[in-house]
Amino acid sequence: MTTTTADSTISQTDSNTQSPLLEIRDLKVHFPVTEGFILQRQVGVIKAVDGVNLTVNSGETLGLVGESGSGKTTIGRAILKLENATEGQILLNGEDITQSTGNRLRDVRRHLGMVFQDPFGSLNPRMSAGNLVGEPLKIHRLTTTKSDYKRRVAELLKIVGLNSMMAGRYPHEFSGGQRQRIGVARALAAKPEVMVLDEPVSALDVSIQAQVINLIKDLQTEFGLAYIFIAHDLSVVRNISDRVAVMYLGKIVEIGSRDDIYNHPKHPYTQALLSAVPTANPELERSRERIVLEGDIPSPLNPPSGCVFRTRCPLATKECSTQLPELQSVSGNHRAACIKGDWYESKNPVPGSVSEET
Amino acid sequence: MSTLLDVKNLSTHFNTSAGTIKAVNDVSFKLREGETLGLVGESGCGKSVTALSIMRLVPSPPGRIVSGDVIFQDQNLLKISEEEMQNVRGRDIGMIFQEPMTSLNPVLSIGRQLREPLELHLGMTKQQSLSRSSELLELVGIPDPATRLKTFPHQTSGGQRQRIMIAMALSCEPKLLIADEATTALDVTIQAQILEIIKELTDRLGTSVIIITHNLGVVARYADSVNVMYAGKLRESGSLDQVYKQPKHPYTVGLLNSVPTLDLDADIRLQPIRGEIPNLTDLPKGCAFIDRCDYAEQKCQESEPELEEVEDAHFGACWEHQRVNKNLLGITP
Repeated sequence: MTTTTADSTISQTDSNTQSPLLEIRDLKVHFPVTEGFILQRQVGVIKAVDGVNLTVNSGETLGLVGESGSGKTTIGRAILKLENATEGQILLNGEDITQSTGNRLRDVRRHLGMVFQDPFGSLNPRMSAGNLVGEPLKIHRLTTTKSDYKRRVAELLKIVGLNSMMAGRYPHEFSGGQRQRIGVARALAAKPEVMVLDEPVSALDVSIQAQVINLIKDLQTEFGLAYIFIAHDLSVVRNISDRVAVMYLGKIVEIGSRDDIYNHPKHPYTQALLSAVPTANPELERSRERIVLEGDIPSPLNPPSGCVFRTRCPLATKECSTQLPELQSVSGNHRAACIKGDWYESKNPVPGSVSEET
Repeated sequence: MSTLLDVKNLSTHFNTSAGTIKAVNDVSFKLREGETLGLVGESGCGKSVTALSIMRLVPSPPGRIVSGDVIFQDQNLLKISEEEMQNVRGRDIGMIFQEPMTSLNPVLSIGRQLREPLELHLGMTKQQSLSRSSELLELVGIPDPATRLKTFPHQTSGGQRQRIMIAMALSCEPKLLIADEATTALDVTIQAQILEIIKELTDRLGTSVIIITHNLGVVARYADSVNVMYAGKLRESGSLDQVYKQPKHPYTVGLLNSVPTLDLDADIRLQPIRGEIPNLTDLPKGCAFIDRCDYAEQKCQESEPELEEVEDAHFGACWEHQRVNKNLLGITP
């Protein structure tokens, strides 16, 4: 595919000419849909991720936003090889990890951490906090002596703001926010370079959510981690990300720096998405224009032809059903996939952009 | 405008093995006709139990409405018989719940469920209720309503189900609609659709609305006035602008400063409220917010502040309300 090479060159020049820490090339993750019990036959395929190119440089946060079914979680899981890629490559420090197995896979995973959404379901209820945090140390044989192990577990708990005295407690004894801290400590244990954070704060109450966001930010500064931050909450993603990719039905529809996406959104879907997010500012809410999309996300089993967004797009015309939009540059590294190439001017779905420009 | 709902000193307790939980503790507020009230707070603050108490749907045991009055259209809902209450539910007060998945009956067709309140409360015949149901579905933006009436809840998406719930809740043109986290489980673009439908329909019918949510943005967009709850009590109450611009309770300030919003500087460092929500079976003697408060003084440990009028129609429950300032913590838009 010609766009693949174009994409990677653009992002590489952007990141001080070094090769990126993590690179995803034309990734496809398809799930077969089968029917029948004994003689199973494939009746369709769900294209959860369908041709995605992304790069993540060390120390940066890439926000991945989209609604349910957009494929953002599947990308995160594919990076850790929790889902197998159907096609495409995932390069970590230049090495393709999609084909890694056995010991090699374990070594690769040491460089990758993941924090899951559900702080209740993602921790084994029969393991103490200390063992949960220490398990990666054992698996990767990172500590040699027992005292070293204990010291490291205590240190990890302290890093995420928990008392090391709590190491003997079990998950049910912790609140949601504390459990998520344990999840973060566990992901950090093997000193990864890239962390995939899949909706890490969406199950938490707002006051606790802010605590965990600040913790995640502080850890990045301290350890120089690269984050892939997956969330549906656009305000949270804006607060934490350097770059943002907007996904819809398995495809990236727009990608750029945080300011590009939030202040100058070009894709009609990004604009609608941003305008749907209410701000906690009554005055502004009274004056803001709202783009309300019609209908639901189409079934991924039977996606629309041409542009996947066309069934809900206020700008869709006949060509949208026949032409496949490719990501193309709007300015610099800001790219959007819409065949209405003469970029539809944003009607300021984001309040902040008005005051910034004037 | 006249008062539609007057909740006076409402208290609902839950008896658990760990002790009595005062889920709603001496809550009083009023709602005018046509007004939209936002009831905000975090999990466990008592906002949902307040709504359930108004509807008399508190699961009992373990829950019990201990005291108070709920005056709705000049009758005390807590004093009338269960039969009379059944006529109020669905006909005068509609409710939409958080889980569109579980609040519809999975074994009954959508048409059957939509027709039920129409036949029960308005005495319609099957023919009338069928055509009315199909009108209602059209009103909430469901394509091809006639076919949809024959389908079952599992055949529709989350957003569609919530629309059906709205159609059902508004079918008898109630005076009051309670939306309890009605859009929390939905995607943002669907949330926007649903909230716009609620707003449009309730504006048209002149229905008062109580929006229960933890999302301060949703309240800012749709409510006229706001009640903030924390640990079972109302901590602040006032018009939308009063509460958002000049909050008089440190908890409200904390909430406003801990959410990232699109109109603030993107690089802002959030100011979380420190600590966690207190254990409801073992609340401190004084103010329940004391352990997390930046303004706490000696007095706050000794006695619990009551809701008092700090400025015209703006109530706050804080001894130090004169010092409370949203901008002191360094966040200004």
